[in-house]
Amino acid sequence: MTTAVSSELSVELRGFRRVQRLAYECAEAVAARLEPGVTEREAARMQREWLRERGVRDWFHLPFAWFGDRTAFVNFRVPFQFFPTDRALAPGMPFILDMAPVYEGYTADIGYSGSLGVNPVQDRLMADLEAHRELILREVRERRPLREIYEDVDRLMVRQGYANRHRAYPFGVIAHKVDRVKQRRFSPHLFGFGTQSLKGLAADALHGHREGWSPLWSPYRFSDHPPQPGLWAVEPHLGFRGTGAKFEEILVVTDSRDPEQSAFWLDDDLPHVRRWAEEK
Amino acid sequence: MTADGAGEARADVTLKGARERRIATGGVELCVAELGDPEQPTVVLVHGYPDSKEVWSEVAGRLAGRFHVVLYDVRGHGRSTAPQPLRGGFTLAKLTDDFLAVLDAVSPDRPVHLVGHDWGSVQSWEFVTVGRTEGRIASFTSISGPSLDHFGHWINARVKRPTPRRVGQLLGQGAKSWYVYMLHTPVLPELAWRGPLGKRWPRILERVEQVPGGDYPTASLSSDAAHGAWLYRDNVRARLARPRPDAYAHAPVQLITPQGDAFLSERLYDGLERWAPQLTRRTLPAKHWVPRTRPDQVASWIEEFIMSVDGGRPEPKATGRHAARFGGQLVLVTGAGSGIGRATAFAFAEAGARVVAVDRDAESAARTAELSRLVGAPEAWGETADVSDEQAMEKLAEKVHREYGVLDVLVNNAGIGLSGSFFATTTDDWRKVLDVNLWGVIHGCRLFGARMSERGQGGHIVNIASAAAFQPSRALPAYSTSKAAVLMLSECLRAELTGQGIGVSAICPGIVNTNITSTARFAGVDETEEKRRQKNSARLYGKRNYPPEKVAEAILDAVIGDKAVVPVTPEARGAHLMSRFLPGALRRIARVEPRL
Repeated sequence: MTTAVSSELSVELRGFRRVQRLAYECAEAVAARLEPGVTEREAARMQREWLRERGVRDWFHLPFAWFGDRTAFVNFRVPFQFFPTDRALAPGMPFILDMAPVYEGYTADIGYSGSLGVNPVQDRLMADLEAHRELILREVRERRPLREIYEDVDRLMVRQGYANRHRAYPFGVIAHKVDRVKQRRFSPHLFGFGTQSLKGLAADALHGHREGWSPLWSPYRFSDHPPQPGLWAVEPHLGFRGTGAKFEEILVVTDSRDPEQSAFWLDDDLPHVRRWAEEK
Repeated sequence: MTADGAGEARADVTLKGARERRIATGGVELCVAELGDPEQPTVVLVHGYPDSKEVWSEVAGRLAGRFHVVLYDVRGHGRSTAPQPLRGGFTLAKLTDDFLAVLDAVSPDRPVHLVGHDWGSVQSWEFVTVGRTEGRIASFTSISGPSLDHFGHWINARVKRPTPRRVGQLLGQGAKSWYVYMLHTPVLPELAWRGPLGKRWPRILERVEQVPGGDYPTASLSSDAAHGAWLYRDNVRARLARPRPDAYAHAPVQLITPQGDAFLSERLYDGLERWAPQLTRRTLPAKHWVPRTRPDQVASWIEEFIMSVDGGRPEPKATGRHAARFGGQLVLVTGAGSGIGRATAFAFAEAGARVVAVDRDAESAARTAELSRLVGAPEAWGETADVSDEQAMEKLAEKVHREYGVLDVLVNNAGIGLSGSFFATTTDDWRKVLDVNLWGVIHGCRLFGARMSERGQGGHIVNIASAAAFQPSRALPAYSTSKAAVLMLSECLRAELTGQGIGVSAICPGIVNTNITSTARFAGVDETEEKRRQKNSARLYGKRNYPPEKVAEAILDAVIGDKAVVPVTPEARGAHLMSRFLPGALRRIARVEPRL
């Protein structure tokens, strides 16, 4: 996969990359500490504490943890079901850690899938996510309307035999914009989302509404526009018979005419990307 | 797993080729027959009442290839001699002596795998729960015969806490046990068996229980039945009144429950896990005499269970809700490359079935097969065939029967969409939609159904019709016609096959979110307009978002409940009701032209 060379990364992108790396480090550290009997609440708290110890004070959203069939959002009806529960981890169970810390004013939003011991179904799902990462980048570079890219991802999932589970997210989004956040002494959150980040998102939404774009990448008409320059946290989420898998990472979209520079993944040195490279 | 092709070749095998010997024990002489290589694991088959070891001939023949199969006539039955006097000669303790004597002769130093049917299972429960056989039994497969001790506790629990449901269960089993009361009357049963009942029994079995004739029942039937009455008289009252409190199984148990058993309620086995932890449950839609009527299935479950026990009992791969019913069964789904077909293949795979995924697109069929194996199918294959192509279907059927066996469940799912007014629909359009939607089903039923019926061991055919089969619409004349035909075909076939234990179900889904919309043909419009309509209908179906997985669940339920017509989705159920009670309203809806 081609990405902008690191030397060309502006200071700003480097800041985002730093926090994304930190978040993935956190995910790997917490995943290594998961054992049978740990509950979703405990896993979420572990992520929170790990990041707080390293200087994270604000959140785009608080850490989530989903275990077992909750990784595929089975029977999710209301958004409150996303919050961590007392479900305990058992051997062979899949899990997903999802966190969005704000560090030095930069936001990351990441998703990390794994399982306690071996889970062949989730392994398969993770392997099949690679095609989605490629598809999304290719079509964003082609400047296809976001709604159509969404539908193409959907079609690929169906062809692979899976269900689209990002549809369960608020507004059914496959991605949303992330941005810099002002550091404040108080960083209250509302329903798990940081108020500063929500403010940023709302400002974008208002702005975009006037110009005909939206900070939410959804299957709906308001996403029927070409990719908007900025940083997008992209999170394709596959579900298959009670097992789910996703990755989430930042896609950088610029207004450059060079296709390579017009869109690229912020960082290619991430656990899931390394895994695909190892399997080859 | 038994390949059915091979099973058929052995179907005429009786116990004639068996090595026989006589074993003296406790004042009687037992007739013991052995088949297969004595080096292989030993399987002991114990017959029930009123039977002799020949009840197992079909199953024994199928097992003999891989196992050392041992059968014996229980004392007083077949060619074993009867104790003198009869009263008190049939207690479970004496039957256990007999069993141990047989083991000492045929497998003195290796534990055996035990299989019992009816009274054979009742006494085997005794063998597997008493101390002196510990270490002699490796596994036990129980068919239609509860432990009298467990039965006693089952009754006691219901008498002590008689909730309405429990009273219902008690009365239900009480009614099914009528013959037990009859057998307790003195002399009369013996007279009946040695007289008219003995003469008529084979015909009764054939008519009521659908047990095929042939070498069973044997000539010794009337004396078997007369002596066997003492099995009941010597044990039932004593055990039911004072069940042993420690009747725990000391070997892994597999329980095979025929759902249509006229003598034993399925509820008898509720809570059996208390006595036999790690119980493997199997159910099959059949009547009491499954060793005669379903030898293929019984033999393959016995084999599978023995293999899993000998292999250290690995965790079962299939954890689906219906694993007890579909484990190891062969299921073929057409149009399995996407949508409802694919979801159905996965649902059967989760239940442990062996899946043949057929699609005209080789890649997606292979993909379905691959994922099926991941979610629990012990084996799965992707096959390429166009259901509308008669020759391709014949080839497919030939290959499936040769390599995988006769189907247990056939799902004719493949179908295409066609929309447009009647006059815009060309004859070519008509031909195409009828070829796939109707002829595809006909070919499937003809080719696979014929073998199912020939085998005579039941099965199920599921045809995917549509809510359009009873909901007329000006927009779907050809499609609705094809689906109405499928619905009627299913009903007619159901009438024809019901006597053979083969069920036929028509599933009528409404709007389900599958890719039928993006491949559907829209007659009478140009290509760009067709593309636009495909896209719009796909979005509409996406908004409705009824998942194909729910249709798959309905299909499994239809097979289990042997349902005739199953509308799925609320709109389909609504249309189904309206077609009966408000057909006028349906006709008015039919006039609406949907705008896409």
